[in-house]
Amino acid sequence: MAESAYAPGLLLRNAGVLETPRHSLLVRFTHWIFTLSFFGLVVSGFAIVLAHPHFYWGETGGIGTPSLFDLPLPTMLGGPSGWGRSLHFQSAWFAVLSGLLYAISGLLTQHFRKRLLPSRADLSWDSLRASMLDHLRFKRPIEENPYNVLQRISYLAVIFLFFPLMIVTGFAMSPAITSVFPFFVTAFGGQQTARTLHFFLGNFLVLFLFVHIAMVILAGFKSRMRAMFTGRIAGGKQAS
Amino acid sequence: MSDSISRRKLITRGLAVAAGASGLAVAARVASHYGLIPPDSGGIWGVGETLTYATQRLLMSHHSLAREFNRSEVSKVIPVSGDPPKTEPFESLLAGGFADWRLTVDGLVAHPSKFSLDELKRMPSRSQITHQACEEGWSFIAEWSGVPLSYVLNLVGVSPQAKYVVFFPFDDSWDSLDLPDAYHPQTFLAYNLNGHDLPTPHGAPLRVRVARQLGYKSVKYLSRITVTDNLKNIGKGFGSAAPEYGYSWYAGI
Repeated sequence: MAESAYAPGLLLRNAGVLETPRHSLLVRFTHWIFTLSFFGLVVSGFAIVLAHPHFYWGETGGIGTPSLFDLPLPTMLGGPSGWGRSLHFQSAWFAVLSGLLYAISGLLTQHFRKRLLPSRADLSWDSLRASMLDHLRFKRPIEENPYNVLQRISYLAVIFLFFPLMIVTGFAMSPAITSVFPFFVTAFGGQQTARTLHFFLGNFLVLFLFVHIAMVILAGFKSRMRAMFTGRIAGGKQAS
Repeated sequence: MSDSISRRKLITRGLAVAAGASGLAVAARVASHYGLIPPDSGGIWGVGETLTYATQRLLMSHHSLAREFNRSEVSKVIPVSGDPPKTEPFESLLAGGFADWRLTVDGLVAHPSKFSLDELKRMPSRSQITHQACEEGWSFIAEWSGVPLSYVLNLVGVSPQAKYVVFFPFDDSWDSLDLPDAYHPQTFLAYNLNGHDLPTPHGAPLRVRVARQLGYKSVKYLSRITVTDNLKNIGKGFGSAAPEYGYSWYAGI
């Protein structure tokens, strides 16, 4: 049972390795729901792009009008992408709902403030440079705090900047939502600009996912995966 | 861990699941009563379809207006999607300049009627320059003119139990709108595009224009409009031909 690990007497497990709780149940639950939703969003996003792999700037754009850039793919490859839309929206709902649950609980429990918000000292040039050099040398950080300063900055940017921008550029493409909130689309300068930005932001988030997975592998794939499933990690500090 | 604790847990969890399930059932009935469940709410995409439709219906006032543009913003190119019907009676009507074409309006209405194109053109007209996006991703801005659908519906007298307005074209891409979109001030029956009679590939002689949904909801080559309280008996019961091809009935996106 997950909760039994929190009893001090049960911290010692096999081979006497000291285990500390790392991720709360809510963080683990929302993490994996979000993982599945993100996968659904990427697959369906790609299916949607296949229907019209051309990108424009401004309000409008289509075959016969100048494009900003074209992917080297034929138009309507794979046929109509109706299922792509359906999967995209269903995944988006699960992603947004689990993301909101994570964000609200993170704010209420002060998880973001305590674990993710970098201190003033962390943000000094020396500290940032040291962290960057550690990363470039593939040096494992000393686990004073479970998250180093670069990790903190990138997590905060992804949670509070890139995902909200992804949602808002999505809203900008909805004629129904922009009939209520026109500034969602006018802020970007047009529906096609929002579509192009949505595409770039999506690519950026996929890139972030690759870096995230690479870091998990470098930090110890088995122990980090176990931490995200069971909530416990050998030795390390609590992150919840 | 003692037996009593796990039994207590089992009972509370069981009660929580039961409360959750009955709560969902009540929520579904209330949502259905307020018209928040789309006709294609079954199947694997039902959760997403229902959440999107219900949220947007609750968020939007019935009359929130889609953005309108200036003449200078009208697109130079208006892409065409699909071909005009190649079947009778459409081809003969087209050959005769649609002089013999009539729009049938029937179903849950006090006065089932037929209107000629000239009769529709004599009704109060509305023009607007709006953005239309195709579900594929491309879009354009154009000026459309026609008669507000609400005017025609009021003329024939819609019965109080009506819930949907169904559009049958000369091809098989039939579709339907709920009443908030059917009575929306920017929803109309368009016979004019950028100052000219509706070109054939754009849906001559008459097409629907729905400003707050994707292009495929703006049914072309209109032949008949039926007012109904139940979409179950039309086609496969999804409220539109679109879900049969994998698209959503509601396309406010």
